[in-house]
Amino acid sequence: MVLNGENISVKDGITLESLLEERGYRIPMIAVELNGEIPQKSEYGSIILKDSDVIEVVHFMGGGSQDNDTLVIGGHEFTSRFILGSGKYSLDLIKAAVEHAGAQIITLALRRAATGDVANILDYIPENVTLLPNTSGARNAEEAVRIARLAREVGCGDFIKIECIRDSKYLLPDNYETIKATEILAKEGFIVMPYMYPDLNAARDLVNAGAASIMPLGAPIGSNKGICTREFIKILIDEIDLPIIVDAGIGRPSHACEAMEMGAAAVMANTAIATAGNVPAMAEAFRKAIEAGRGAYLSGMGRVIEKGASASSPLTGFLHD
Amino acid sequence: MANRTNHMEYMEGMDVIDSHILDEVISEMNAYDYDKYTAADVRRALAHETFTAEDFKAVLSPAAMPFLEEIAKKAQAETRKHFGNSIYMFTPLYIANYCENYCIYCGFNCHNKINRAKLEPDEIEKEMKAISDTGLQEILILTGESRKMSDVKYIGEACKIARKYFKIVGIEVYPMNVDEYAYLHECGVDFVTVFQETYNSDKYETLHLEGHKRVFPYRFYAQERAVLGGMRGVGFGALLGLDDFRKDAFATGYHAHLLQRKYPHAEIAISCPRLRPIINNEKINPRDVHEPQLLQVICAYRLLLPFASITISTRECERFRDNIIKIAATKISAGVSVGIGGHEGEEKGDAQFEISDGRSVDEVFEAIERQGMQPVMSDYIYV
Repeated sequence: MVLNGENISVKDGITLESLLEERGYRIPMIAVELNGEIPQKSEYGSIILKDSDVIEVVHFMGGGSQDNDTLVIGGHEFTSRFILGSGKYSLDLIKAAVEHAGAQIITLALRRAATGDVANILDYIPENVTLLPNTSGARNAEEAVRIARLAREVGCGDFIKIECIRDSKYLLPDNYETIKATEILAKEGFIVMPYMYPDLNAARDLVNAGAASIMPLGAPIGSNKGICTREFIKILIDEIDLPIIVDAGIGRPSHACEAMEMGAAAVMANTAIATAGNVPAMAEAFRKAIEAGRGAYLSGMGRVIEKGASASSPLTGFLHD
Repeated sequence: MANRTNHMEYMEGMDVIDSHILDEVISEMNAYDYDKYTAADVRRALAHETFTAEDFKAVLSPAAMPFLEEIAKKAQAETRKHFGNSIYMFTPLYIANYCENYCIYCGFNCHNKINRAKLEPDEIEKEMKAISDTGLQEILILTGESRKMSDVKYIGEACKIARKYFKIVGIEVYPMNVDEYAYLHECGVDFVTVFQETYNSDKYETLHLEGHKRVFPYRFYAQERAVLGGMRGVGFGALLGLDDFRKDAFATGYHAHLLQRKYPHAEIAISCPRLRPIINNEKINPRDVHEPQLLQVICAYRLLLPFASITISTRECERFRDNIIKIAATKISAGVSVGIGGHEGEEKGDAQFEISDGRSVDEVFEAIERQGMQPVMSDYIYV
């Protein structure tokens, strides 16, 4: 069969939907032409493909630089800027949430394994999604390092999100321990994405320790309070040459949009989606907000009329040519 | 001049440090096409709370000239935010004018027949005492660039004397190695200023024909070596008008910006010397730096580097200096003599250039107060 001009071979009986997913297309964002006809998206799951089929898959392309606006973390490229958390909601919603979110990275926590036929989250996560295990539960660098090594053994790849939390009331991260863990794990070849309290000096230390991105918190985790640390995150965005991913505290799509408008490279959210009335719909709302914010940032935010400007005598009247 | 040496090649004994800042500055400067910026780019930049390199480029572009008043207002607000009403005062002291370089635009150049001299330690002490009696607490020690006649030891002795009379000691001498900066830091120096003159290395090569100054990268990395040697702060400057001033101003600011990113603890200072345009030359050379352009550059520096110390030279006139300290400059020299000696008794050697503002320390002090600003002699204790 021919897909976008390329000869490919596929499994017998595969549906159009499965093929698109296997190839990593984001169905909400594409259209398909099958042998000259354009089927409805709702039919994709029931169309069985034949070897003689010719398929064209297209998507919209913005003008200008957005064509190749990718997020690069540790040498891996992503077109989505939404990192989805997987906690606090039922496993059978995960697939729909990922799809509606358009997420290409999903975070996972490591727990003692259950035996037998107890559901495992990995069975529910669509292929082509990058797994980002976190070290949640770690209270210091040593524990974070241990969890990271175990996660790699499970086969989740080299990505690791470091969470070192020794505060059980607000769950605020411990920057000092986080830096130590980052240094150890980066040396072991992990792609380290540390979650941190937005402090410029600590962020610089994380860069020097080998972090692949910086994940400052917007507000205490789970608080849904939005970007309370706005001024400090702006400083990190200005000063740090790694992707800044706002993590924690993002309670609604408008918060996510704001982070992206500020120039954040991506947004991570979990609770806001997990606790929504309709999880997939909220995931999609977040996706749109993140794309809108990114678009605004890339297009160069326009002029903001400042209030309180005072008329005063000109400063430049003294000049002679 | 067929046998001019390769200006990009280090001479023997010059430290080579591990840094990419030169490549980054030069490639960014080469890519800076200031004619492509529009009024909309300038407005967008001015709407930003903090400046990116892109905003800096927009505000330095010709399209920004009609916005000079707005730019000055934003620069003033930024300056006030970080410095309040403070204006720092200092004076330079030239202790020697021997020079081994042949820089075709400079009065000190080794082929220029001027009276050469250097102050002996007792003369330095007398000069410094006289300066200190005017109330100043910060001094900038300068020499011509002769390692032979003004060696590191000699400069070090001058700095030790300076430390007795002043709270802050800076030097503006030839670029040196890390260990030499470390030595001078021990002698009491906290600040090192080196002007790159122009960041266009092809132009640089045609202006600096002989001597160690000819080595472009060694000069470029002087500030970084000074920081590595333990200095508290470093100063940058392009002699605007030597080459395309917009590109040189961009490179100066970007150089300082990258150094600050790499060494966040280092204090950054910028100087803004210019070659005066020839009258009625505007049609011949649109790249001349007139006062409006100079103001544009100084404000752009302020917006990119909110906390940088910006010094305004006595090469500028009283009117310009008194006004620029209300907008963006934060440091002003006073009671200046650019000959060798001259604060106490006769000048012993000739000056590098002519000054335009010859006011005494008291006069400048009062002028600062008249502008509603506060003259500050020093506000740190360095340990």
